[in-house]
Amino acid sequence: MSLLNTVLNTKQDKLCSVFFSAGFPGLNDTKKIIQDLDANGVDFIEVGLPYSDPMADGETIQYSSAVALKNGINLDIIFEQLKEVKGTVKAPLVLMGYLNQVLKYGEIKFCELCQECGIETVILPDLPMIEYENHYKALFAKYGISNVFLITPQTSKERILKIDEMSDSFIYVVASSSITGAKGEISQGQVDYFNRIKAMNLKSKLIVGFGISNKSTFDTACEYMNGAIIGSAFVNHLKNEGVDTIDQFVKGIID
Amino acid sequence: MEPKFQPTKEGYYGQFGGAFIPELLFPNIKELEDNYLEIIYSDAFQKEYKYLLDQYVGRPTPLYLSKGLSKKHNASVYLKREDLCHTGAHKVNNTIGQILLAKHLGKKRIIAETGAGQHGVATATVCALMDLECIVFMGEVDIERQAPNVARMKMLGASVVPAKSGSKTLKDATNEAIRDWIGNPEETYYLIGSVVGPHPYPDMVARLQAVISEEIKEQLLAQTGNENPDTVVACVGGGSNAAGAFYHYLENEDVELVAVEAAGLGVNSGESAATSQLGEVGVIHGSKTILMQDEFGQIVEPYSISAGLDYPGVGPLHAYLYESKRATFLNATDQEALDAAYELSRVEGIIPALETAHALAALDKMDIKEGQVIVVNLSGRGDKDLQTYIDNLKA
Ligand SMILES: Cc1ncc(COP(=O)(O)O)c(C=O)c1O
Repeated sequence: MSLLNTVLNTKQDKLCSVFFSAGFPGLNDTKKIIQDLDANGVDFIEVGLPYSDPMADGETIQYSSAVALKNGINLDIIFEQLKEVKGTVKAPLVLMGYLNQVLKYGEIKFCELCQECGIETVILPDLPMIEYENHYKALFAKYGISNVFLITPQTSKERILKIDEMSDSFIYVVASSSITGAKGEISQGQVDYFNRIKAMNLKSKLIVGFGISNKSTFDTACEYMNGAIIGSAFVNHLKNEGVDTIDQFVKGIID
Repeated sequence: MEPKFQPTKEGYYGQFGGAFIPELLFPNIKELEDNYLEIIYSDAFQKEYKYLLDQYVGRPTPLYLSKGLSKKHNASVYLKREDLCHTGAHKVNNTIGQILLAKHLGKKRIIAETGAGQHGVATATVCALMDLECIVFMGEVDIERQAPNVARMKMLGASVVPAKSGSKTLKDATNEAIRDWIGNPEETYYLIGSVVGPHPYPDMVARLQAVISEEIKEQLLAQTGNENPDTVVACVGGGSNAAGAFYHYLENEDVELVAVEAAGLGVNSGESAATSQLGEVGVIHGSKTILMQDEFGQIVEPYSISAGLDYPGVGPLHAYLYESKRATFLNATDQEALDAAYELSRVEGIIPALETAHALAALDKMDIKEGQVIVVNLSGRGDKDLQTYIDNLKA
């Protein structure tokens, strides 16, 4: 069983995940950010692979990606940074990037390096399920990598069932029809949607992301789902406060 | 015989195409994919589409034998006058079709991306015609260099939203449009301006532009007794005017197809938009195609004097035409395009769009045989580019 699945199955609720862009705010901050998040009790960490054209991301992550790229980040450097982190943290790491990065790097080389760095989970928002099934499933399986699928308020019941069947870790429940970005409170419409998904009794764990920005939205999401992912709000914290007060940020979310 | 240049059910031309979209857009794309052919080929749609093309756009556009260019090249050079379409370019053939489709699907809010502003104007125009809300995303850099079109869009009632990310040009405007669509998936229709994007857009836009080659065939038959030219030449940004001019000749390999890309300051100058020469296989805006990228798959910012050709990718059909060698890919620099525009203005009294000027410039690079019948798709007129033309004449 993957480390992530062990974590998901052991804790089951109030799972807290945090996203950041590798190489932001400084090129070599990746290691410290991961270690601090881990030390402060974050259950699993999403490492964003900065991309020039992140079509599912809002302004905050566009900004961190652009700065990281300007800092000189690239996949070679990210994998070097992840090798250094390997064995120093207990939280599993998930890579989140765009398909073209994997294609150009070479799918096999990408998988080999994931394996070397102990990465067992990836999220590629622009890899659709049918392409995954036809071209990636077997390859990822060979390297022990599982792919996370997203669902949204518009995803049909039938398709959610299919996604559940294809998933072998968690399903990324996109909180609203939107790109990433910190938003206000969780609406009744969103609660109805969480309840609808919950009532389906899916086999996969359900983790909410996109728009979870503080303790209140995190707690609300966790009432209905197994956990939640904080992205833009943390990236904003890094942008404004730097990397020295990560503990305070995490303590502000989980107690 | 199986057609070679039609996409598969999943939208693939050879290895190119597909629909690489985030799950957030899956229902939107599925709705389109399930309905576009049925709607487009319904009697009601066809009747309205044809009526609007004839009486609103001004089709058929003339096929004009250019005496000046024919004499220069010792050949028969015909100009397919898409510049005479309402709004000044071929773009409106597509927007008329897609706006009717959007109406059939019950959409209330229309979004579009634009580079030169021609597609934005063509979209704003049909939205005014159909009384639909229109939001056009345009790169900040393009807003500056295509000011007249920005003013036209506003006068037509559209909101123009500046794209401030990345290179602030067409690719970024497209990213912003996609992001908006993700945030407004139900009421909004994304009216793409070229044969790019996820399936079914490339096929849909090609079918809507196919009227260009349908007319060329009839007109050439009437004027020469043969519906097939030796060569069809068109410029390629995303590839929609070329797709339309090539469409009915794709399967007839006796007709040579020439696609002309923007070389900017020169293909190897680092300031270019000649995608087929500089690009590699990758995924951009939902489609697998050839695109300009660095060794880590980051998309490279293209450059061309012409905002409509300043795109780092090319439609999947064109990627396949390139790979299969069905089409010949040439390119023209900024200066060569400017010179071709000045030349056409003087010899024919026609001021072409800067994009179109690249196609004209390619005539000087082709090995033309005596009497060769060549159709150049004159995709647009140069009103929007006057400032650039004036500035460069003085210089
Ligand atoms: C006049 C004209 N020609 C050509 C193009 C390039 O687009 P496409 O390659 O889709 O025809 C544009 C784009 O704005 C245009 O305005």
